[in-house]
Amino acid sequence: MDLFNLGIRSIFIDNMIFAYFLGMCSFLAVSKKVTTAIGLGAAVIFVLTVTVPVNWLLNEYVLKEGALSWVNAGLADIDLSFLRFIMFIAIIAAMVQLVEMVVEKFAPALYGALGIFLPLIAVNCAILGGSLFMAQRDYTLAESAVYGFGSGTGFCLAIVALAAIREKLKYSHVPNGLKGLGITMLLTGLMGIAFMSFMGIDL
Amino acid sequence: MSAETIEKKPAEALLSKRRKKLVTDPLIDDNPVTIQVLGICSALAVTTQMKPTLVMAIAVIFVIVMSNFLISLMRNTIPSRVRIIVQLAVVATLVTLVNEVLKAFAYDMYKELSVFVGLIITNCIVMGRLEAFALGNKPYDSILDGFGSALGYSWIILTVAFFRELLGSGAVFGIPIYDYISGLFGPDFQLATNGLMVSPVGAFMVLGLLIWVQRTKTGYVEH
Repeated sequence: MDLFNLGIRSIFIDNMIFAYFLGMCSFLAVSKKVTTAIGLGAAVIFVLTVTVPVNWLLNEYVLKEGALSWVNAGLADIDLSFLRFIMFIAIIAAMVQLVEMVVEKFAPALYGALGIFLPLIAVNCAILGGSLFMAQRDYTLAESAVYGFGSGTGFCLAIVALAAIREKLKYSHVPNGLKGLGITMLLTGLMGIAFMSFMGIDL
Repeated sequence: MSAETIEKKPAEALLSKRRKKLVTDPLIDDNPVTIQVLGICSALAVTTQMKPTLVMAIAVIFVIVMSNFLISLMRNTIPSRVRIIVQLAVVATLVTLVNEVLKAFAYDMYKELSVFVGLIITNCIVMGRLEAFALGNKPYDSILDGFGSALGYSWIILTVAFFRELLGSGAVFGIPIYDYISGLFGPDFQLATNGLMVSPVGAFMVLGLLIWVQRTKTGYVEH
């Protein structure tokens, strides 16, 4: 039940976009059409679900203070956590590459649909942010997998909803200076207010 | 021995017109945040107060300037196929440095900024400047370009933080402005703070309005 709660919490309450502003660049750039937004959202869910548990393993068995004690008792007081950033980003870049190759080989249709978004995900802050939050909050392996999936789903939900609103927005009369980024920021703010209503839920 | 005259090009002035433009362009006309839509990711979360925002701005200035400089030094030796990985490695190293310095000398700030210092790695402005400028230009120019972009980013997040802290907590840099004002008018006079400004929603609203004002002034229209 705790895992379920964590999943719900990471989708709605601790939403990547509305609570932490992570992945804003692609959120704003790729939300012009619903179909492309769904493609990016799916890719983010997939990559987050894979990278967060993998980074958990790396953090638990290599980087954390005393993590290397399973190799040799003499290594117990080694603390490599300052290498976290560089190792996490390397793992993410490698995993994205791997996912890209696997998808290309076994699901060419999906590969064509995701197109340029897959490689770009490596520099999406939501992915690195997910791993860093995981390390900071001391999740277990199962929790980190659920957290990765949940926060990916939250991102997907937000970007698809925004894309749907922006498609309608084409037909409205927006002041020149507000066109594009300006009105999108205000819209995101309003959506944020809607998502704030989840904050009272006590899980 | 005949005297060969080697014609030497006069060295460009340290701050020539072109170089000044590198610094001043990203401030208003080509601002990385409001015009190019980059680097919004890790910035907004820290803007509830001025102090962490200032630290964040300084960290970003350091990372952009140094990474632009280092990549520009290595630009002729980096094979273009692996350039993204090389850039990520350089940026991640610099960010780790910033993180360790913060941890050692400003532990409270380190706790408050938490993961957002790490997220400078994926700040699109950093990667954007490396790709667009440092890979094809000399080190000194790259430093200026990075400095300009980082300043453009800094003034935007500081402005957002100013309004969010003033309206949300009634203070600037932790100095309680609202209390002073209420003090002038007697005990019955109270200025109300707006809780929405402290929440993420406030950041979106303030930045949206700032973009509106800024784009109306520069006349930039997005289609």
